[in-house]
Amino acid sequence: MSIIKTENLTYTYPSGTKPSIRDVSIKIEKGEFVLITGPSGCGKTTLCRCFNGLIPHFYQGELKGEITVAGLRISEQPIYEMAKNVGLVFQNPENQLFALSVEKDVAFGLENLGVPREEMRKRVDWALNLTGIYDIRERAPHELSGGQQQRVAIASVLAMQPEIIVLDEPTSFLDPLGAKKIFEVIYDLNRKLRITVVLVEHRLDLTARYANHIIVMDDGKIALDGDPRKILGSEEARLIGVGIPKPTRLYQILQKDRVSLSNTIPLSSDEMAAMLREALKNQ
Amino acid sequence: MIEAKNVYFTYPNDVEALKGVSLTIKNGEFVAIMGENGAGKTTLVKHFNGLLKPTTGTVHIDGVNTTKVSVATLARNVGFVFQNPDHQLFSETVEEEIAFALKNFGFKEKIIKRRLTWALNLLDLTKYRKTSPFMLSGGERKRVALASVLAWNPKILMLDEPTIGQDYRQKEKLLQFILQMKAQRKTVIIVTHDVEFVAECSPRILLMRKGRIVADGEARKVLTNPEILTQASIVPPQITQIFLQLSDFQLPKEVIDVYKAREKLLNLLEAKAK
Ligand SMILES: Nc1ncnc2c1ncn2[C@@H]1O[C@H](COP(=O)(O)OP(=O)(O)OP(=O)(O)O)[C@@H](O)[C@H]1O
Ligand SMILES: Nc1ncnc2c1ncn2[C@@H]1O[C@H](COP(=O)(O)OP(=O)(O)OP(=O)(O)O)[C@@H](O)[C@H]1O
Ligand SMILES: [Mg+2]
Ligand SMILES: [Mg+2]
Repeated sequence: MSIIKTENLTYTYPSGTKPSIRDVSIKIEKGEFVLITGPSGCGKTTLCRCFNGLIPHFYQGELKGEITVAGLRISEQPIYEMAKNVGLVFQNPENQLFALSVEKDVAFGLENLGVPREEMRKRVDWALNLTGIYDIRERAPHELSGGQQQRVAIASVLAMQPEIIVLDEPTSFLDPLGAKKIFEVIYDLNRKLRITVVLVEHRLDLTARYANHIIVMDDGKIALDGDPRKILGSEEARLIGVGIPKPTRLYQILQKDRVSLSNTIPLSSDEMAAMLREALKNQ
Repeated sequence: MIEAKNVYFTYPNDVEALKGVSLTIKNGEFVAIMGENGAGKTTLVKHFNGLLKPTTGTVHIDGVNTTKVSVATLARNVGFVFQNPDHQLFSETVEEEIAFALKNFGFKEKIIKRRLTWALNLLDLTKYRKTSPFMLSGGERKRVALASVLAWNPKILMLDEPTIGQDYRQKEKLLQFILQMKAQRKTVIIVTHDVEFVAECSPRILLMRKGRIVADGEARKVLTNPEILTQASIVPPQITQIFLQLSDFQLPKEVIDVYKAREKLLNLLEAKAK
């Protein structure tokens, strides 16, 4: 059974004149690493808000169609029940932080779950370390830089170790090396613990390599859905305005120049470099 | 011209965010400030529009010491777009948000109309004229914040993370706009983590780490120097990463864009075929 499944999901905000997502039918399987992308305003954040019940419980408005997440029907579950299964890192980290210290923010969700003190201490320290904010754990979240706040938001979700982690544009505030380290950690959790990861991103340079499933949205609808190599290599994705990773672009351009390269479309610099090495050696 | 001399800045909570920053940015320059989270980038640019004043050291904008003038006076020449658009937006409609500064600066009704239409169009916001900025997506809100500053055409533009929430097309338009500003000899300073965007616009780059500037130079040089980038918690552009990995072939190291990459690779393949 799919861990997230929607059928003809259509949602209109209370003040909206038209649906922000329309007829969305997708299936996400347990253990997948899914990348959701598409033009600004196409409905990515709105869809994420459905995954943890913020829509319809907090935003209200009109939700039609079916959605089940981790076997639960969203419309029948309060948000705090969903929070046990789905951790959402907001696009704007500041909206997510409220405690007096970084440490308290990260511990908040665990306290609510009634996790024993000892275990809580361990998990909070683990999450603080992974996200590189252990040294600033006693600072107030509103006295942090944008990227530091983003890290606190990510640490809070990681500490919970939910079955599904949803990150809405995490790289926008993170420095590139920091982002890379954090993605490595998340990727590791994804593979070892089979935590399902849903990542919303415009910038695919840092993230395309991890994905085994891509969903491209356009104007509230699902435009493309499937294998990352196929989709990122396709003309359609480029026309929708998806930022195709540069190694993939270089591959496409060289192919037009009739350079003979292997048939697997590369998604990362490493893959493209290896492919070019072959081509250069064979010359 | 922006001149910072030995600027130190300490926040009320005793965090020393700037530790001796000195730099000069000339009129008409396009500069990208990059570096690790918490390095002091936002703190630094807030000194350029007088929002923050140095604890010690000085900042001069066009020869005027920022401690000697009000933020309002500076604001006429220095347009600032915040990292987080929610710190900036307050109006009930997108249209009012963009018109606000124009009205404040006393532009004539006719000019306000023209600039408003221009900005709405540039940032793809025309259909949201009458919408509340708070009913928009993250990327759309960032574009409203950008529009409200670009509309009054300030002499110096400072954009903290302008590409947040922007898809490839919007970034392309932003880039074209920045190049246009450069042609008009306006100063543009961006703060960004978006390495691929920077590789495409090729500005002068300032790298920051722990309150200091650790590198200053043209994009092609800075972005192809992995040691220096690592210090500032940045990874090279993807094209550069490919060329670094192929350094045992007869290829140049300083390549940051796809078209240069294509040219160099085709040259090498051709030479080998002979
Ligand atoms: N309002 C504030 N009060 C106290 N300390 C602050 C405040 N804002 C930032 N700081 C601290 O000052 C230092 C520099 O922060 P700044 O926001 O300038 O970093 P930045 O380079 O812009 O980082 P980022 O890439 O994460 O946006 C950090 O250690 C940060 O925690
Ligand atoms: N709270 C809201 N009330 C009404 N309309 C909204 C609200 N939030 C978003 N919208 C509208 O719904 C549509 C989808 O917005 P959403 O935030 O899901 O886009 P997105 O794909 O996440 O965009 P971005 O990449 O810019 O973050 C947009 O047209 C937006 O204007
Ligand atoms: Mg969004
Ligand atoms: Mg900042």
